[in-house]
Amino acid sequence: MIKETQRIMLCYHCGENCENETIHIAEKHFCCQGCKTVYEILNKVELCDYYMMESQPGLSQKTQVRPDKFVFLDDDTLQLKLIHYKDKVQSHVSFYLPQMHCSSCIWLLEHLGKLDKHIIRSQVNFLKKEVSIVFNHQYTSLRKVTELLTAIGYEPHFSLNNLADKPKKNYDKTRIYKIGVTGFCFGNIMLLSFPEYFSLGNMEEKDLQQLFSYLILFLSLPVFFYSASEFFVSAWKSIKQKILNIDAPIAIAILITFGRSLYEILSQTGAGYLDSMSGIVFFMLIGRFFQNKTYNTMAFDRDYTSYFPLGVTLLSENGMEEQIPVSNLKTGQRIKVHSSEIIPADCILFLGKGMIDYSFVSGEAIPVEKHIGEIIYAGGKQTGGALELEVVKDVSQSYLTQLWNNDAFTKAKDTGKSYIHSISKYFTLVLFSIAIASALYWYVHDASRIWNSVTSVLIVACPCALLLSATFTNGNMLRILQKYGFYARNAAVIEQISEADTIVFDKTGTITQQEESAITFTGVQLHYETIQLIRSLVGQSNHPLSKAILQSLPFCKLIPVKNYEELVGLGIRGRVLDHEILMGSSDFINEKIVSTDKGSNVYVKIDNKLLGYYSIQTTYRPGLSELLKELQEKYDISLLSGDNNSEQLKLKKWFRSDLLFNQSPQDKLNYIKKLQAYGKKVIMMGDGLNDAGALKQSDVGIAVTDNINNFSPACDVIMNGNSFSYFNPLLRYCKQNKLIINMSFVISIAYNLIGLYFAVQGQLKPVIAAILMPVSSISIVLFTTGMSSLCSLSLKKAGLKVINKHPKDDTNHTAN
Amino acid sequence: MSVIFILILASLMIAIGFLIAFIWSVKTNQYEDDYTPSVRILFENDVKQDKDDKTKQ
Repeated sequence: MIKETQRIMLCYHCGENCENETIHIAEKHFCCQGCKTVYEILNKVELCDYYMMESQPGLSQKTQVRPDKFVFLDDDTLQLKLIHYKDKVQSHVSFYLPQMHCSSCIWLLEHLGKLDKHIIRSQVNFLKKEVSIVFNHQYTSLRKVTELLTAIGYEPHFSLNNLADKPKKNYDKTRIYKIGVTGFCFGNIMLLSFPEYFSLGNMEEKDLQQLFSYLILFLSLPVFFYSASEFFVSAWKSIKQKILNIDAPIAIAILITFGRSLYEILSQTGAGYLDSMSGIVFFMLIGRFFQNKTYNTMAFDRDYTSYFPLGVTLLSENGMEEQIPVSNLKTGQRIKVHSSEIIPADCILFLGKGMIDYSFVSGEAIPVEKHIGEIIYAGGKQTGGALELEVVKDVSQSYLTQLWNNDAFTKAKDTGKSYIHSISKYFTLVLFSIAIASALYWYVHDASRIWNSVTSVLIVACPCALLLSATFTNGNMLRILQKYGFYARNAAVIEQISEADTIVFDKTGTITQQEESAITFTGVQLHYETIQLIRSLVGQSNHPLSKAILQSLPFCKLIPVKNYEELVGLGIRGRVLDHEILMGSSDFINEKIVSTDKGSNVYVKIDNKLLGYYSIQTTYRPGLSELLKELQEKYDISLLSGDNNSEQLKLKKWFRSDLLFNQSPQDKLNYIKKLQAYGKKVIMMGDGLNDAGALKQSDVGIAVTDNINNFSPACDVIMNGNSFSYFNPLLRYCKQNKLIINMSFVISIAYNLIGLYFAVQGQLKPVIAAILMPVSSISIVLFTTGMSSLCSLSLKKAGLKVINKHPKDDTNHTAN
Repeated sequence: MSVIFILILASLMIAIGFLIAFIWSVKTNQYEDDYTPSVRILFENDVKQDKDDKTKQ
């Protein structure tokens, strides 16, 4: 018997078990007709290299896409928004293909031209999971291309978001240009300044000296007018608002350095400090780039439109089906929602049996049953057969989606002024008083040196080291945190985390594990034969509990079931090998049982004998209780759950303070608001769309997800579920950021004091400035990155594991 | 000594050439996707070409 299980056939296309061994082409077995069809399509055009590069590269085709699904793509206005370039012959379009997962995928998707010769070019961006396609729209259409992709197993993901009139999020490259230009100018200026440095200002060749200084002046122009412009703009803005941010003293320093150098070079009285000026601009630009480096493969600003479908099947009064864009949907219309489609608006169920999966919304993995006449809220995914629904609310006014009309979404989140800016205020004041003091001193002693000393003070005291210390510490921390599966939106988030004093958790999907519900069997010992019987029966059912049980059972061959029957809300029954099997609720099997287990129980009765029951329970993330215990020492912790309070007793052990159940998305948002009104800094940990409001309202919204390529709602941090139990060390690490910045402050002020020592005497030689400036910048960079890396050792010690960067290594064969 | 003037200007020109090359490479999105090309380069040539090669031999 055991030998039987070893002889498992794996599908040649997708690698799943072949339960039906009749589907095969020659030696190659397939798990379903869908997989076989894909193979046939590819075989016809000799694209079977696809199967050579990686074994079983495909995705299961068991759930077939209905043929008319993409009819809505023939709509002209829709096409206009999806196609980003169109001329007489060619259309350019890019598709998001979440199924992409290996090099075979890239290969196949870049050879689409073989499947349809009117596809002129296709290019994959693997990290973004995008394919850009150029096709000839005289012979093929957007719909045909989409259908082709679907036919080979890559169904493009369209969402309402595709239609939004947002400006194309083209990555801003100006900073990269600026760094390039400044780096070039800085390097050449330094080179041209060497003779000056070595001769200590007494060059013998006057012609040469003049040529050099004019060349330096010429090279510094792009630095001053182009690269440094953002400091002037930012400083000007802050002065207009009557705040002194850190850019103000920097802008003054650059301005004065340039002005004085210009004077010195043109009047031939000196060499100027243009080398120092372009150096600080260069280092500061790099620091800012490092700090603002974002992950272009991750989206931190999703709203419901990213989840909602583009098209929906409208049922007109005469019973005709028509595909229309969701944006045209109105209340009172009747729609048809097929299996595994998302319900776009609040509806009343009119026909069919609803089996609604709200895992996007609440994180709850087990679908909810809905019967005719009940209201189905938007955002759920139908998992059973097709439904007929009547729309009762507009897409944007639904229970879930109206959350986005809230203030929290319309106003931009206050990114929180970095505390470096508040320090810079004092810095500027001190700086000006030193400048004035030295001016007064020289006014009394030697009036001719006033000008010299004041400008020198302002040049040398440029707080660029101050700025660098924050940007490089934060930038390096971002990089280290991301290695451990903690992806922060930007550097300001780290400072926000270090200031937080309250943590609010969502329950389902955040502290519970979404995929793995623990299934235990209580009752008599089950033999292999019995398991085979049970497996055969549950294999027939599409009920989520049946599916969960099926997954938990060891693989064995399915036996045909006779007289199969499924009773809604009760259970399933059937005859397998002359055994009568009943599985379902206690009512269904006619036994009065008082079970002590919470959660869902499925009883098993074979030939009128009760064997026991499967109990399906949500499991909490490992390490949860230790984590909460540690966090409670420093933070106020509360829990918000959209569920009922069935698990209150269990949770009470862990959460000493607020435990709130039956919370609507709006309630969650309001709760955060209330905490903030008391002056708390709140971290919200959530996962689903129903937490979106709270995530947005909180000071730091952290979305916990088991697969970072999955959808997660708008947030500040995306955290990998595997790192969840290490949340406390991660928080502690974020807190060290302030310490490191303060330490590097001390260093940078020490450098400033040395510089000031020369400056107040009016003896700042260009060579001293040119040595002091890069030495201070580089040592700050080394110190901050070194310290933040050193501190990260504590993360390693805590047991955190580095998470692989490339999605290829994730096991996301099951990507949505 | 005048040769040093020419040399300095020449070296500056070459450096500017590299700067332009850098800006061009950023502009044409060569840094957009740093992963896919590494996979793409390992693909075999098209099957069609392979056949042509065989007939030539």
